[in-house]
Amino acid sequence: MTSISSSSAASAASGSTASASTTRTDSLLPEGSEHLASQESADAHHDARLFGLATFLVADGMTFAGFFAAYLTFRAVNPLPEGSTYELELLLPTINTVLLLVSSFTFHRAGQACRADQLSKARSWLLVTGGLGLAFLAGQMVEYFTLPFGLTDNLFASTFYALTGFHGLHVTLGAICIGIVALQTRPGGAISASSHFGLEAAELYWHFVDGIWVVLYGILYLL
Amino acid sequence: MTVATPRELEPQLQEPLQPAGWLRYFSFSLDHKVIGLQYLVCGFFFYLVGGLLAGAIRTELATPLSDFMPRDTYNEVLTLHGTVMIFLWIVPVVNGAFGNYLIPFYVGARDMAFPRLNAVAFWMIPPAGLLLISSYFLAGAAAQSGWTAYPPLSLTTPAAGQIVWILSVLLLGGSSIFGAVNFIATVLKLRRPGLKLMQLPMYCWAMLGTSLLVVLSTPVLAGVLILLSFDIIAHTGFFNPALGGNVVVYQHLFWFYSHPAVYIMVLPAFGLVSEILPVHSRKPLFGYTTMVYSIMAIVFLGLIVWAHHMFTSGTPPWMRLFFTIATSFIAVPTGIKFFNWLATLWGGKIALNSAMLFSCGFILNFVFGGITGITLAQVPFDIHVHDTYYVVGHFHYIVYGGTVFVIFASLYHWYPKFTGRLLNEDLGRLHFVLTFIGFNLCFLPQHWLGLNGMPRRVAEYDPTFSTLNQVSSVGALIMAISTLPLLINVVVTALYGTPAGDNPWNALTPEWLTTSPPPVENWSGEAPLVTEPYGYGQHQPAGPSSHPLTPAA
Repeated sequence: MTSISSSSAASAASGSTASASTTRTDSLLPEGSEHLASQESADAHHDARLFGLATFLVADGMTFAGFFAAYLTFRAVNPLPEGSTYELELLLPTINTVLLLVSSFTFHRAGQACRADQLSKARSWLLVTGGLGLAFLAGQMVEYFTLPFGLTDNLFASTFYALTGFHGLHVTLGAICIGIVALQTRPGGAISASSHFGLEAAELYWHFVDGIWVVLYGILYLL
Repeated sequence: MTVATPRELEPQLQEPLQPAGWLRYFSFSLDHKVIGLQYLVCGFFFYLVGGLLAGAIRTELATPLSDFMPRDTYNEVLTLHGTVMIFLWIVPVVNGAFGNYLIPFYVGARDMAFPRLNAVAFWMIPPAGLLLISSYFLAGAAAQSGWTAYPPLSLTTPAAGQIVWILSVLLLGGSSIFGAVNFIATVLKLRRPGLKLMQLPMYCWAMLGTSLLVVLSTPVLAGVLILLSFDIIAHTGFFNPALGGNVVVYQHLFWFYSHPAVYIMVLPAFGLVSEILPVHSRKPLFGYTTMVYSIMAIVFLGLIVWAHHMFTSGTPPWMRLFFTIATSFIAVPTGIKFFNWLATLWGGKIALNSAMLFSCGFILNFVFGGITGITLAQVPFDIHVHDTYYVVGHFHYIVYGGTVFVIFASLYHWYPKFTGRLLNEDLGRLHFVLTFIGFNLCFLPQHWLGLNGMPRRVAEYDPTFSTLNQVSSVGALIMAISTLPLLINVVVTALYGTPAGDNPWNALTPEWLTTSPPPVENWSGEAPLVTEPYGYGQHQPAGPSSHPLTPAA
């Protein structure tokens, strides 16, 4: 990381002012602040995208927080009609939870391999991660088709489908991203040990989606 | 263009996308200044649309009977008026327009952190706006349930218009979130080397706080509107009591966004006015540090006061108590800012030009709106005036008397930077006088109307209210007329106005330390390091009033 940032700082500096340090602004810089300065600017340009993604994920998380708050309030104050129940089958969703947690781990291994310049190993881990994501989605589908209630049956059913469906959309998007990133790790692709923003972004997003699922599993299935 | 930025390491992305001349304002430009002006002009177009709708409302209300338009048309008009003004004029302009134009200058960057995302965020707005307005013509009927879209009302009014409304607001909310992500990343990650956070101009802090609010609250609105669209399209029962749903949950989630939305509309205005006052009174901004902490306190408190909009929704007593106290607390940081502005003016060498007149008008209007806000936070009083014109009056004192006045002040202040020409002062003062009189004539009587029980959002009213309503309608007419000097001024000045030079106000903030209008990458050389953006009266010969009350922050 440090080698990347310093080199880019150097290139930015060399390009920026050919007749360097003759501008009046430079004279305003206190002596000895240059070291600090170049480091700051380098960090900025390399971190902003992941930082931006993290900010966006905070926003995305707030959407889920709104859904969770709605679900918990409904559950606390709105009685269900006679005969309906909050009980759900636990086995399949628990397997699904394990699949997602393992996929977070495998994605982490993919990231490690990529940073260690072992791209084919990274690709294998990515394919395992993507496979686990697809298995999760398949499990979700099986659950949807075997549940005894439909979208409009009662308030719990509607909230259940809205929450898991919205999360499922995120998993689908994540699986697509993993596929793209896996393609990019092929020789000559966009991802290499020195340039792997796409992989890091997908990894951050995937961990986020997994984290949301853990909360969702807790309040929908266990509570 | 001789300056390399990281973005330029991939130069092929920008070059083919930049047509020359005025056409670039209709292009997918990545230049933050072009995008800022795109936001500004697009927003002003929608301001005129929303103003026409407001004119229709005040025309209808000039007489007690519903004789100007049918009642359901009136409902469409008031819904579109609120939505257009909030989501297409105030939020995009006070955040997107001035934020995009100024923030990169203030942090010493050549552009925003994510220029492409920035352009995408802008270009989501015109289609969303046209979609919203076209629902009146295409979907048979526009949404009729007000800008709040409360169920069950929004479930029983014509569905197509309501769905188009939701789609449009979702697009605008998405645009707002993308913009906020960009502002946060730019302020925190793109600062010029050597520039510390506590040396940033106040508008950066205001935009940072606003963007935090957008990121934390707008997604909740998106979520609740998605659930509402399920109720309308798929006949689920989230908010439909007939199907076991709960309307109050909608209100909670809606106001979790829409109360912070008031701060999303007014915090940037606080920031802008904090830039304008020191320049034109030649004094440092008073109490920089307290200003910063006040903004952050408003952000925090703004997130925990939403239920004061719901005192009549069966809220339990503990909730009423909590939200009354929390809401009243907001008066503290807001009051600090108010007194800081007064102290900035105090003893200053004030130039009462158009920018300053509008800024002072803002202070006056805003303190009045703030005081009526405190009254509304008190449960017994709030229950009395809930859903009356008192609320309408209060709200417009905040968003029009507050934010729109600041938008106009900012226009007069930064127009020389945008175009290199000064706006005409005589027309500007005429604009101010007409706006100030029209605004107060229009909205002050509404407080009395509300106290006497005139409900909002009705096309007909008791004839005893007619005098004050006519006064209000005359005020609205004056406000409409006040737009003319502004329009003439902006168009004529752009073509024939006095050349302004690079820094007509002798201002110290970084955007003035370049040419007007600025070059594509903002500075021909390296970005200047401005550590004292408000250091007025310090390196200048002592004038009649250059005694700073406080050491420069």
